[in-house]
Amino acid sequence: MNEHNPLTALDRPNSYIGRALPRPNLTRLLQGRGQYVSDMSLPRMAHVAFVRSPYAHARINGIDATEAKAMPGVVAVVTGKELAEVCTPWVGVLSHLKGLKSAPQHAIAVDRACWQGEAVCAVIAETRAAAEDAAERVMVDYEELEPVTDMMTALDSETPLIHPELGDNLAFERNLDVGEVDKAFAEADAVVEAEFVFGRHTGVTLEPRAVIGDWNPGEERLTVYQGTQAPHMMQNIIAKHLGLEEAQVRVVCKDVGGSFGIKVHVYPDEMAVVALSKLLRRPVKYVADRIESFNTDIHARDHRCKAKIAVKADGLITGFAIDDVTGIGPYSMYPRTSAIEANQVVNLVGGQYTNQNYRARTRVVFQNKNVTCQYRAVGHPIACSITEGLVDLAAREIGMDPAAMRRRNLIPDDAYPCAAASGLKFESLSHHASLDKLLSMMDYDGLRAEQAELRKRGIYRGIGLATFIEVTNPSAAFYGVGGARISSQDGVAIRLEATGRIIVQTSITEQGQGSEAITAQVAAHALGVPMERVRVILGDTDNTPYGGGTWASRAAGIGGEAAWQAGKALRTNILAVAASILQADADALDIVDAKVVDKGTDVERMPLEEVARIAYFRPDTLPPGFQPELMAVRHFVPREYPFAFTNGIQASWLEVDPDTGFVTLLKHWCVEDCGTIINPQLVDEQIRGGIVQGIGPALYEHCLYDERGQLTNASMADYLVPMASEMPDIEVGHVVSPTMESELGAKGAGEAGTAGAPAAVVNAVNDALAPFDVRIVEIPMTPEVILRALGKI
Amino acid sequence: MTASVSIKLTVNGETVTADVPPRMHLADFLRERLSLTGTHIGCEHGVCGACTVRLDGDIVRGCLVLAVQANGAAVETVEGVSDSGEIADLQEAFRQRNALQCGYCTPGMLLTAQELLAREETPDRETIREHMSGNYCRCTGYQAIVDAVETTARARAAART
Repeated sequence: MNEHNPLTALDRPNSYIGRALPRPNLTRLLQGRGQYVSDMSLPRMAHVAFVRSPYAHARINGIDATEAKAMPGVVAVVTGKELAEVCTPWVGVLSHLKGLKSAPQHAIAVDRACWQGEAVCAVIAETRAAAEDAAERVMVDYEELEPVTDMMTALDSETPLIHPELGDNLAFERNLDVGEVDKAFAEADAVVEAEFVFGRHTGVTLEPRAVIGDWNPGEERLTVYQGTQAPHMMQNIIAKHLGLEEAQVRVVCKDVGGSFGIKVHVYPDEMAVVALSKLLRRPVKYVADRIESFNTDIHARDHRCKAKIAVKADGLITGFAIDDVTGIGPYSMYPRTSAIEANQVVNLVGGQYTNQNYRARTRVVFQNKNVTCQYRAVGHPIACSITEGLVDLAAREIGMDPAAMRRRNLIPDDAYPCAAASGLKFESLSHHASLDKLLSMMDYDGLRAEQAELRKRGIYRGIGLATFIEVTNPSAAFYGVGGARISSQDGVAIRLEATGRIIVQTSITEQGQGSEAITAQVAAHALGVPMERVRVILGDTDNTPYGGGTWASRAAGIGGEAAWQAGKALRTNILAVAASILQADADALDIVDAKVVDKGTDVERMPLEEVARIAYFRPDTLPPGFQPELMAVRHFVPREYPFAFTNGIQASWLEVDPDTGFVTLLKHWCVEDCGTIINPQLVDEQIRGGIVQGIGPALYEHCLYDERGQLTNASMADYLVPMASEMPDIEVGHVVSPTMESELGAKGAGEAGTAGAPAAVVNAVNDALAPFDVRIVEIPMTPEVILRALGKI
Repeated sequence: MTASVSIKLTVNGETVTADVPPRMHLADFLRERLSLTGTHIGCEHGVCGACTVRLDGDIVRGCLVLAVQANGAAVETVEGVSDSGEIADLQEAFRQRNALQCGYCTPGMLLTAQELLAREETPDRETIREHMSGNYCRCTGYQAIVDAVETTARARAAART
């Protein structure tokens, strides 16, 4: 904890901040007694199956549902045109991403399908099986259109336009030119160029997307049970497009089987489900099956970036230049848009280094594939892989050790506050302390010696380093300023119950990160009560303060601070009541272990349940005019910095078999700085999980489309994800630089692992294969990619 | 549609009779007919392991076994082994080590780990990783799960001596 927080002594009772405590909500999950949306059933609930386009691009000339409607158990068959009567289309743009354009998108395609898997008709039946049976009998008259699949030719004049009314297939372009880039490259001792390729991949949440719409015509209210990260955002959007007041929509988010950014978006088929509930006046449920997940959960990355670095002979980096292209599918996703990732790449490249000469261009193009949008570590793995890939290639070029190269160029730890060439503002980072700690944890010199020794025996092991910065605690600068009704602030309401128990309602949400745990820890710590007394309520727009939810590594830093401030406010209120009862000075009292005590001596004066008893049941005994307030509400949002940047460094140690192209991961290290750590175990597990989600796309994960826009590996058997046997043990260390924007000082940690892992692994593979003088700048690095680079196939 | 078939089986020790469509798989039967929703469905093609249950003592993928195939069999789910206390120590090790985040893979992980622990007294980490590799987890990166299984194995071995 930082010095500006006085309540930090860990020997004090109820000091929970900084402790590795188990999460309070785990027991029900361990018994299989959680409640995910896919587990839920409501009276008269009907089920949806979607008819989906088998073509990447096709006109829908007609839909004949006669036979389907006659199938047993069928409630209704609804086309896009029919659904458009109750659900208006949307356009996924934000005003601060200047020039970003997209076309109106419907919940169900109306006259044209723009990617393989887009819903073209909904079949609603008494069971999902009956709905699927009937969906097979829906006859759709498709006229296949020429698909645009190659993002590199999407802007060519001979390429058909996906949305002719937009004039071209360019969704967004951003250019940046800072410092004296041409001069830097002209005067460099070495210039290294590479074309980095990042395959498409997706989140593969183990519970697929799931939603139940429950329109009650008697109340004229729609309750939506949804696996979402942002209930208030969904409330706003559902109301807007169904023609309802926000007060008519309640979004409830129970247990969520994985999210990682996949479940923070507005999916057309989920909008269709809630609209169908309104249309059919009964609960309607939809759970994506795994093929639907691969075809319609947002994809991410799919970038191709020409990049170069200018360096001096002593290792000083004097320039970065990138030219990036990304394909986002046929629409910009709503409401967060599909231009954010490219924008982040421009923002983040080179951001950890002192260099101030930087030129960047990114172009975001439409194509007839599934949409891409924000997935864990948005843009970071790309920016980090480009930056750190170039730094390693340059180090090799000038014959410098990769660790020394980084030490030469990382922003000094005493240089803050400062800004990156792209304009990002940094409050306080710790690149050098992190680098030193990492090198010591991994015994860098020892590993280098071991590597050299093994190489003599024909064993090719490599070390890959990757420094990174991570956007966390986003302010309104992320979405709010662009006109999206996505809250950047969070609220916490906290109250003392009559039995002395504490109820905390927070607007952040839980998908397994530990939101509930850290909220309880912070609240109990602020109040001075045992954590077991605290119950946290979240994920319900009817029952929590208004706020953003959990995404962009924001829950602990923003929602945690709101809980801290609310806890302190309630503490003050409780002490005022106690002082009134005890006829004491509130400043001379304290709360320890759920008891009001004399400050300093901790002599018990009265337990909290007694304060509550008098306030709730015998207020007649209190002085006239004194009103106890045993509930407090506080909100928080960072205002000074648009984002609280964190930093860190990862290292990968692996072995490559040059005969088979197989990579064996031996060990992985990460040192990161997320400021104040509320729960070390939860932070470490975020880092580890994040790293493995970065290793996946570095080595295995790839959405493979053919030239007709067909996704060819849409099953778990064909799309590979990391498994237990392939993953290394991961050692995590920390440097702590709290943000001064909040009293807690916590920044986010959810994306750091994913940000740096691909670069570390790629650099390690290249390091392992250095004797063969190959360089691989493409992920996933499948055995085929490695063997091609080695010239063996 | 093919006519339903009558089946009789025990689920977590209780006798259950039901008429089921021949195509209904065991995981759907447990979830939809018996409301035992602790058995999760992640892929429905036998890859992810979220639907792992025990059938006559052996772990199986609930999505690859038809309900009619369970006729006459004894089925155990995560709810059953939780209530019996059989895996209480393993569950506690998972809780202490935060070996679950979203919890969706967890029932399958627990049943799969318990099978290994019943077979091998003190499996090493590599053996644990190998054994658990048919169960996908997208949250943890697996290390905490391996740790929890290893901790349980050691504690059980120590209790035996």
